[in-house]
Formats: sequence, structure tokens, C-alpha cells
Amino acid sequence: MRLVHNEAQGGWVLLAPERVFKADAIAAEIIKRCTGEVTFAELVDELAKSYAAPRERILADVGTLLRGLADKRLLEL
Amino acid sequence: MLHKPLGLLAELTHRCPLGCPYCSNPLTLDAREDELDTATWLRVFREAAELGVLQLHLSGGEPGTRRDLVDLAAGAHAAGLYTNLITSAVGITQETLGALAETGLDHVQISIQDSEAASADRIAGYAGAFARKRALAAAVVRHNLLLTVNAVVHRANIDRIGDMVDLALALGASRIEIAHVQYYGWALKNRAALMPSRAQVERAATALAELRSRHHGRIVIDAVIPDYYARYPKPCVGGWGRRSLNVTPAGKVLPCHAAESLTGLEFWNVRQHSLADIWANSPAFNAFRGTAWMKEPCASCPRRELDFGGCRCQAFALTGDAAATDPVCQLAPDHARVAELAAVQTDAPYVYRRMASRHRADVFDGDDALSTQQRS
Repeated sequence: MRLVHNEAQGGWVLLAPERVFKADAIAAEIIKRCTGEVTFAELVDELAKSYAAPRERILADVGTLLRGLADKRLLEL
Repeated sequence: MLHKPLGLLAELTHRCPLGCPYCSNPLTLDAREDELDTATWLRVFREAAELGVLQLHLSGGEPGTRRDLVDLAAGAHAAGLYTNLITSAVGITQETLGALAETGLDHVQISIQDSEAASADRIAGYAGAFARKRALAAAVVRHNLLLTVNAVVHRANIDRIGDMVDLALALGASRIEIAHVQYYGWALKNRAALMPSRAQVERAATALAELRSRHHGRIVIDAVIPDYYARYPKPCVGGWGRRSLNVTPAGKVLPCHAAESLTGLEFWNVRQHSLADIWANSPAFNAFRGTAWMKEPCASCPRRELDFGGCRCQAFALTGDAAATDPVCQLAPDHARVAELAAVQTDAPYVYRRMASRHRADVFDGDDALSTQQRS
């Protein structure tokens, strides 16, 4: 799965087999941090420091996004 | 409104060791001496990326028969394209796969013809194909490349979809495409031998729902619908000249892989025009763009921007009119013909896809697509 910024297509896109997902800025920030080196908790902590949203809200949103991608076998948790 | 294409299907060659009777390549296959050279393909890939294309599919024929395949994959990657190799596995050595992995290849799709070797090899017309596919799939997974298994489904194997999903899981695929045969090219020639019954298709749909539920999170199961039994048509290629383009081995640029079957269209070639010029200005690309060309019932149908009236090539093959509603649509005036055509079944042997075709020059002699008579 590849996250790329593409001017012609107007922003961030997530590329997967036979699929292209448009990623909004928030999704892009989450996925960029999925380096294979961080734990889920560390990822949420990092986002909580950068964004002024309650940690529980970030936890829920990140969980939903990553669980969805994992179900599609595009990411491993 | 001119969209930007998302995908480019690069048919690098029509050479292929297999002879699958459902092949979507045209009956008149491009000769080796007419193939584009490496430099031209690399230019096409760069132009595709500039045009906005995100995904490149290296296909054919069998792309493994091109000696420059690794250079092409490297060039595609350098151009920033998400690169997918679509292969039968026969023609890709372990060494070549290793080299492809090094170029940054993103994904490999391997076709399977059945869940068991004897039937699979008979359908492919190539003894030993099944074993080669298993071996390459294992190598793809070892190299940490994403693997999709493409299971081509028709009368001879439609009852084994579950077994094919099990095989895909065993091979380590993250995705399986249940690709019900679409009737173009060689598949159209062999339609009477390939078409499943309505009862088989309904059983397959039930099986698919159960398989998706059972395997959720373990493997993605995509399915291409067998549209002769559908109520509404497929949004063919995501709309004509809207989301994708196809470059033939000889460099012709098509809005879809069957478009050469439409008489009267003018296709442009990458040897004479840039891809951007072709996408925007080629008469073939503009012939059915948008909705202005539509006739009723499509022209005022609320689904017209969902399915775009279905498939032009199928409308032409089944009615003789490329601007007609795709007759698989229940609202099409010719819809009743589709059931008649689907009911024509034969046990005659497949006409295997071969380069040195025994068939005379061009694609349709009129009988294949429209005839309801039993083929002899």
C-alpha cells in the first residue's frame, strides 16, 4: 500500500491493488506515521501532541481507520 | 468534463505460452515484430504519470515473454507509478521475480484456471501451468510482494469457487478476484462453451456471500459480475475515456481492451502522439465520453452516471449498434436476446487462443456475437 501526494489527482491518495482511496489530510497524517516501528499507543500519543483533540477521540478515529485498512489486508497491526 | 485517468493497462505483448479460451485479447493478435520497444514504453510510462495515472498494469499476453520486463518495471517505478504485474506465472523465472522485486514492484497478480491441476491445465491448454503458478506465488510471498490470485470463472469451474478461495489463502494471497468471464475476444468466440447456467450463477452468488463473511479480514474477495445474468450493466471501465486507458503491443491507445471491435473508430498510436494528446483529443476517446451520445432509455435514466449505459463493445457485439443501451440492462429494448444467447451451450472443445490463428483476418464474422443457433 502506498501513500502518495499527486497534484494531478488533487491531493493524497492511498494506492492498493485495484483500488485508489482518496485520503483527507488527517488520514494522510495517520498513515504517514505507520512506519512499522511504532506501536498503536505511541502513534496515538504522537497525534494527541500535534492535534488539539481529546486523546479518546483520536484513539477512536485512528482505530477505525487502521482496522478498516487491516480488514482489507492493506496494513498489519 | 475531461477526467484524469487513474489506471493504464500496458499490453506489452500478445505472445503467451498459454491458450486460455476466455482470453480478452482480440482474435487478431499483434505480431512480435510490431511491438513497441523499451524506450517507447518508458516514455509512455512517464507521460502516463504526468497525465495523472496512478496505477500501471504490466500485462499482455504474457508480460514475462518480454526480455526487457525488468527494465520496464524499473522505469515504471522511477516514473512514480504503482506497478502491478499481471501474469500467468509461466514465463517468469525465480531470478526475474527477484529482479522485479528489486525494482520496487508493488503487486503481482497471478491467474488460476481452477483449484486442481488437471482441470486447470486443460483449461489453460498448457501442461504444468498449475504447478508453475503455485511455485511463483510462493516466491512472490517470500519476496514480500503483495499477491492477488485472479480466478477466472466459467461453466467448467464455477462450482469450485470455494476451493479456489482456499487455494488463494494457502498461497498467501491477500486478495482474490472471482473474475466471471466477460465475453470479448476469444471468450466471445468460446461463449457457448464457457457460459454457465443461471442456476450455477445464482449458486455462485450465494457461495460468494458466505465466503466473504467467513473470510472477512483474512482475504479480500472481489468479484466481477457475470453480467449476462444481471439486471443492470456494469460501469464498464469506469466510463468511456474517464478512468483508464489501454495501450496495445503495437502502440495503439484504446479506451478499453475490446474497443478495436467497434467499426468506424479512429485510434491514435503512441508512435505519433503523446498520451496526453491521445487522452484529450483522440476521436476514439471522445466517441462515447460523457452522456451526450446516449440514446433512450439511457439518456434520461437516473443511473446514467452510475453505469454509463454499460459496455459499448458489448452493445455493439449483441445489437450491432455501439451507442445502444447495453442489452444486459433490463431496461434495454434488446434485453430478451441476452437470455437467448446465454442459453446457447455447447460441449464442443474450446478454441484455444493461439498466436498463429487458424481464423481468417478480423474479429467478428457476425455469427459469434449475435447468433442463437447452436454452433457446430
